[in-house]
Amino acid sequence: MIGTQDMTIDLGPVWLTLRLAGVAVTLLLVVGTPLAWWLAHTRTRLKPLIEAVTALPLVLPPTVLGFYLLVLFAPGAPLGAAWLGLTGETLTFSFSGLVLASMLYSLPFVVQPLQAAFEAVGRGPLEAAAVLGARPLDAFFTVASPLAARGYLTAAVLGFAHTLGEFGVVLMVGGNIPGRTRVVSIAIYEQVETLNFAAAHVLAGGLLAFSFAVLVLVYSLNRRFPVHAA
Amino acid sequence: MRLEVALALRRTGFTLELEEALELAGITAVMGASGSGKSTLLRALAGLETPDRARIALDGTVLADSAAGVILPPHRRGIGYVFQDARLFTHRRVLGNLRFAQSRARPANGAPAPALDEVIAALDLAPLLDRHTDGLSGGERQRVAIARALLANPRLLLLDEPLSALDLKRKAELLPYIRALPARFRIPLIYVSHAVEEVAQLADAVLILAHGRVTARGEVHAVLESPAAEAVSGHFEAGALLRVQVLRHITDFALTEFDLAGQRLTLPHIDAAAGTPVRLRVRARDVAIALHDVPDTSIRNQLEARVLTIDAEPAGAYAEVLLELAGAPTQRLRARITRESVDRLHLQPGQPVCALIKAVSFDRREPGDERG
Repeated sequence: MIGTQDMTIDLGPVWLTLRLAGVAVTLLLVVGTPLAWWLAHTRTRLKPLIEAVTALPLVLPPTVLGFYLLVLFAPGAPLGAAWLGLTGETLTFSFSGLVLASMLYSLPFVVQPLQAAFEAVGRGPLEAAAVLGARPLDAFFTVASPLAARGYLTAAVLGFAHTLGEFGVVLMVGGNIPGRTRVVSIAIYEQVETLNFAAAHVLAGGLLAFSFAVLVLVYSLNRRFPVHAA
Repeated sequence: MRLEVALALRRTGFTLELEEALELAGITAVMGASGSGKSTLLRALAGLETPDRARIALDGTVLADSAAGVILPPHRRGIGYVFQDARLFTHRRVLGNLRFAQSRARPANGAPAPALDEVIAALDLAPLLDRHTDGLSGGERQRVAIARALLANPRLLLLDEPLSALDLKRKAELLPYIRALPARFRIPLIYVSHAVEEVAQLADAVLILAHGRVTARGEVHAVLESPAAEAVSGHFEAGALLRVQVLRHITDFALTEFDLAGQRLTLPHIDAAAGTPVRLRVRARDVAIALHDVPDTSIRNQLEARVLTIDAEPAGAYAEVLLELAGAPTQRLRARITRESVDRLHLQPGQPVCALIKAVSFDRREPGDERG
């Protein structure tokens, strides 16, 4: 029975997970915006290819992605070595490595809503801004971004929630180091492995409730501010 | 303002090629059937379309010269543009849309930007300022779009079929606003339209495009009576413009009487003071011909005229008769009658006749032209 089991819950993995998701999504929004913008407006024939690469993490088993990242991040590999030279820290089994891996893993969840939002905005408002004297960057920040606000909200929430639930990639790249790479999903797995179901319940239930609450918030925001966002 | 434009632009199944030097004053209409390239021309002027070859200069300022590798982007051309679909920013209210343009107004165009209040007053926007743009009617949207374009202080304002999405009533409401812009804001307009009625009411000069080439250009009356204009409007809408003056109102019958070089025209009441010059458009199909005046008929408007030319369709049933009005040799009417009638009445060039105009044909009678 679960009543006899150890009930002390280590909240470290929770904070680590929130920090990881927050940092990864913030960086993804910055990197994903130009990529999504380019995909929404380009006429190059390479577009399907780039779109396929962007969408790969949707269908790839996390262990496959994790395996390749582990190989790339290894201190002996060019990327891993360069990182080690720059920061003095390895990409494998580190928080930075997890952030990088999470960004790749959640890329489609951020880029696709942004791309759809930019495509929905279309060229019309940008042309209108241009003939009123707005430079392209001005038009992007004052017209395109506000009109794509819902896309940003969706991208941020989906990216964040998806990163929260990450397991396979983290295990491959980061392992299970308390305070550095032990995120909630891995903590849950470990509790279950050690038959500590009560602790697993608390963490799993917390994750479930949190994810649900975030989605409800997004959908009700979308409802309340249908068009005049920002 | 002098606009020099030489363009070559190829798209699938379509080529736009022209070389024109236009003196822009008041409203210049660009007319053409859909697919004639009129919107593409406008977009190329604004920099929204990149032609294969282009040289565009406005009063000597080069906006594009592909040979010299100069292509100014739209935001640096100082040309305003009113889109067919208005394209208001939905994330801002009406006032927000206006302020967007105002804060980006170009100071370097000689004249200072028009004041916000002045523009709001000119387009009657005061009651709309706090509204969301998606709650506006089509006509309101276009008024906001025009105001927004003016506030950016352009040197030249382009309007791309701004009335095409509106019903007849709203069109009639918006025309006077547009008509008044050049004088009030000292700015020339280029107005794209496929509707002869609009062009007749608004334009000072007209340029006609067909299949990407200019087929006619010049002063509005001359061009609208040319075969090139008929090619745009079709036989059914072809007609002529009459310049008349309000003489008096017959209030008992809700009629207004007009003077046309000594002859009289009567049509349903219009709201304009005596002496106001008005343009009337008379479609050829609404004009009949009699050899003498016909006293016992419901057709009240009968004008003395002389036959200038008779242009019969070789295989069709109709002929088009060009008439010169008595006492006003520059004023023309066109009548579309059957070839059989031409034969039966023995119509000849030079022959005096009576033109019968059905009163209902004066369905557009905005006092559109304040300068005569």
